[in-house]
Amino acid sequence: MKPAAFDYVRAEHLDEVLEVLGREGGDARIIAGGQSLMPMLNMRLAKPKTLIDIMRLGELARIERKGGNVTIGAGVRQATLLAWPELGEALPLAAMALPWTGHAQTRSRGTICGSIAHADPSAELPLVLCALGGEVHLRNSKLRRCVPAQDFFAGMMATTRADDELIEAVSFPADQSRCAFREVARRHGDFAIVACAVVATRDGVRLAVGGVADMPMVREFPRLESSALGDALNTFAYELDARDDVHASARYRRDLVRLIGADLMREVMP
Amino acid sequence: MSRLPAGQRHAIQFSLNGKPSTGEAEPRMLLTDFLRHQIGATGTHVGCEHGVCGACTVEIDGKLSRACLTLAVQVDGCAVRTIEGLAPAAGRLGILQAAFKRNHALQCGFCTAGILMSLDNFLRESPDPSEHEIRDLLTGHLCRCTGYTPIVRAAMEAAAEMADDASKEKSDA
Repeated sequence: MKPAAFDYVRAEHLDEVLEVLGREGGDARIIAGGQSLMPMLNMRLAKPKTLIDIMRLGELARIERKGGNVTIGAGVRQATLLAWPELGEALPLAAMALPWTGHAQTRSRGTICGSIAHADPSAELPLVLCALGGEVHLRNSKLRRCVPAQDFFAGMMATTRADDELIEAVSFPADQSRCAFREVARRHGDFAIVACAVVATRDGVRLAVGGVADMPMVREFPRLESSALGDALNTFAYELDARDDVHASARYRRDLVRLIGADLMREVMP
Repeated sequence: MSRLPAGQRHAIQFSLNGKPSTGEAEPRMLLTDFLRHQIGATGTHVGCEHGVCGACTVEIDGKLSRACLTLAVQVDGCAVRTIEGLAPAAGRLGILQAAFKRNHALQCGFCTAGILMSLDNFLRESPDPSEHEIRDLLTGHLCRCTGYTPIVRAAMEAAAEMADDASKEKSDA
């Protein structure tokens, strides 16, 4: 339970981060709050040759609200966003989900972008990003690109980020429409057995489910009568390809998707 | 930019419970091991080493942190507060510690250092907590002895006593 040896780079400027990432690529890993990466290092599931610490870069620690989007830099801690006075009004779904992200003792260090980068299929922040249709802002030493959440997550703890790219920020559409969130976990703050987020759209609702498939899954549902809705939810629950594990059976997970999904849809679409 | 090569020890300057402190650590050394083995501050306990159990919880620059999920080199220049900093003087217990003793809020004591650090930090920011808030905070800690009930009772008692002290100070002034 001790990390393998690595060089530690304390970056003072963004250029340095991009330069080291460009040169060392997949051998280097960014460390921000460390709440996902450090357990991986301790268990030696990750053995990078170099760690690049970005937490001394003030320019990455910003929350910006512009043009209907809230952009959150790579240095913004989860506790900072939770304490942001505009959160409840600008990102009500994040305000509901963040208290479920880890514990107070990990949110104080863990970052928003770090959780997105880690891409745990049962984590709340990737789920919220997918439910709202947010974007991930990537950057290497030459260019920047913006990837929609649905194209960013590629599987169990896998993303489409290239080895030389830094997640500079993530942006969430500021959304005042009705939304709801619910999670079932063994212990509040543990990873979700099932987590659901629902956002009202113009013609119906969008349901995002975490904890079941390899990544957050999103489906749009039109306004339906309750029996038709039940059928549609059941089809979606089966398509998530749930598996049995030590925490819950596939059948229990499907049950939760049907029950919580229907409950939340009624909440946002009375 | 500074690059600290693997396999070499690097000087770390920080403050520990308000006093300047120095030590040396390889980049891969965890703050838990650094505090215990290099500094000799063994009050911070080591449980799961992946951030789940909460036994190693300390404060870094006023924020709660899992010492097992922090590298020693990351606290260079920071203010670290550990369980050794809680008692007002040698041989005396703080309000929170005394409430724990009175309520039998510990048995084996393994988890206690981390729980006290969390509660101390939380009660400073939320002097009038609800039981729900205390229980929510305690989800970040595992205790296999007490069943948590005496811990919650001790925390609520300590909060009330601290509020009492604060109002007395006000009326004295």
